[in-house]
Amino acid sequence: MPIFAPVGRMFLAFFAVVGRVTVFAVKTVGHCVTPRFYFRLIFKQMCEIGYFSLPVVAMTTLFAGMVLALQSYSGFSRFSAESAVATVVVISMTRELGPVLAGLMVAGRVGAAIAAEIGTMRVTEQIDALVTLSTNPFKYLVVPRVLAGLLTLPLLVFIGDIIGVLGGYIVGVHKLDFNSGSYIKNTFEYLEVLDVVSGLVKASVFGFIITLMGCYHGYHSKGGAHGVGQATTNAVVSSSILILISNYVVTELFFTR
Amino acid sequence: MTDNPKISLRDVHKSFGPKKVLQGIDLDVAPGESVAIIGGSGTGKSVTLKCILGLLDADQGSILVNGEQMVGASRSLRETVLSKTGMLFQSAALFDSMNVWENIAFGLIEGKNISRRAARDIAMERLADVGLGPEIAMLSPATLSGGMQKRVGLARAIATKPEILFFDEPTTGLDPIMGDIINDLIVKCTRDLGASAITITHDMASARKIADRIAMIYQGRIIWNGAVSEIDSADNPFLRQFVAGDIEGPLDLDLKHL
Repeated sequence: MPIFAPVGRMFLAFFAVVGRVTVFAVKTVGHCVTPRFYFRLIFKQMCEIGYFSLPVVAMTTLFAGMVLALQSYSGFSRFSAESAVATVVVISMTRELGPVLAGLMVAGRVGAAIAAEIGTMRVTEQIDALVTLSTNPFKYLVVPRVLAGLLTLPLLVFIGDIIGVLGGYIVGVHKLDFNSGSYIKNTFEYLEVLDVVSGLVKASVFGFIITLMGCYHGYHSKGGAHGVGQATTNAVVSSSILILISNYVVTELFFTR
Repeated sequence: MTDNPKISLRDVHKSFGPKKVLQGIDLDVAPGESVAIIGGSGTGKSVTLKCILGLLDADQGSILVNGEQMVGASRSLRETVLSKTGMLFQSAALFDSMNVWENIAFGLIEGKNISRRAARDIAMERLADVGLGPEIAMLSPATLSGGMQKRVGLARAIATKPEILFFDEPTTGLDPIMGDIINDLIVKCTRDLGASAITITHDMASARKIADRIAMIYQGRIIWNGAVSEIDSADNPFLRQFVAGDIEGPLDLDLKHL
């Protein structure tokens, strides 16, 4: 049947990619826990991924918090539950919107940059040059980025959570005329440690996914400028999809009794 | 054949899918000897070099570098072997995230664990060895001309005083004068270090100047191997056609199909 052949090929290609990504991930984790460690590069990547992503994450979470306050107010006012606005904002930000929005923004900014940088190094033989200079490209290029992603995304999301809640507070107090003290009281009254912790765990998982996908697609790019462009697109698309899938999985693990 | 060659290839095969690129390469490089591998595009010159360096895994055969088997070698053994080698890439392959001196000092800092200050001093000496002044040490490689990038690449290759040097198309993309300067530098550096060298090239002028011996590769095999002085008197029709640059002859060039 001619129709089955292309479908079969597509499935085989998909599973081949899944296999290659899995092998790459296992190799990366292996190198993450065995010396040698390039601490200077890890620190540099932490600045690159964390510090320089702060403005874009701050803007995103600020406006997300503001919109959330507006939307939940207009919805809850229909059944006189306006007092729940602060609680909804803080729980939504810490559990979902903070990590997911920060993850997607960092995927666009950092994942693309990693794929482009490593991809260019691949097609210009710089990775081969590393090997000939007896340097392991996995330890030198991949591990610092993945460790930096794993460690800095939770920090970034924590700051994003605070800014998002602040956005909700600004709209709640200055536009919707909530009392400042009661808004702050409502914000913390029903907030649990697990709400924040689950968001930070998600952030760490997203950090791993974003940097791993950027490194994987960059490391395996070929064919010059077109190949690097393709690697960049694939890194952003695959990490964005994996962020949404893993977000569900982590939520299920934390909150399903 | 030498008793203890620095590099020894025996029956090396490498395929990419159905395409058989190397079909039984045999080659020896003696200590202190410089060998140029010549041949047309797509004949397997670069693949041979990559197999020797461990950048590609040979499908079968034996590759001994400094007496160590590189086929199927562990990563740590490869790193140990490669720490005694230097490589000048066709595109120079300088790290664009580092400046010139950091590029040259890379192998010293990361491979030999030399302090940055000491490595910088050595890098400046190597920079002078390739005829470049200290004023370019802080520049980014992207701001250099092709010839300067090649010279920095050469300085990086010799920075760790390797026992074996590899040169991949060292004069490609350069004007004849700059090409000749690079050739002279390669001869000087190889001689000063007493290193063995393998040069991949299709530039006959470069091969004649750099090498003691020339090996011609065609369809994945070495079809001629002899001293540079013998090249003009050799009766191998493939070699004669390649050296003369004739379109007509026994070489099955892609050109013929155009």
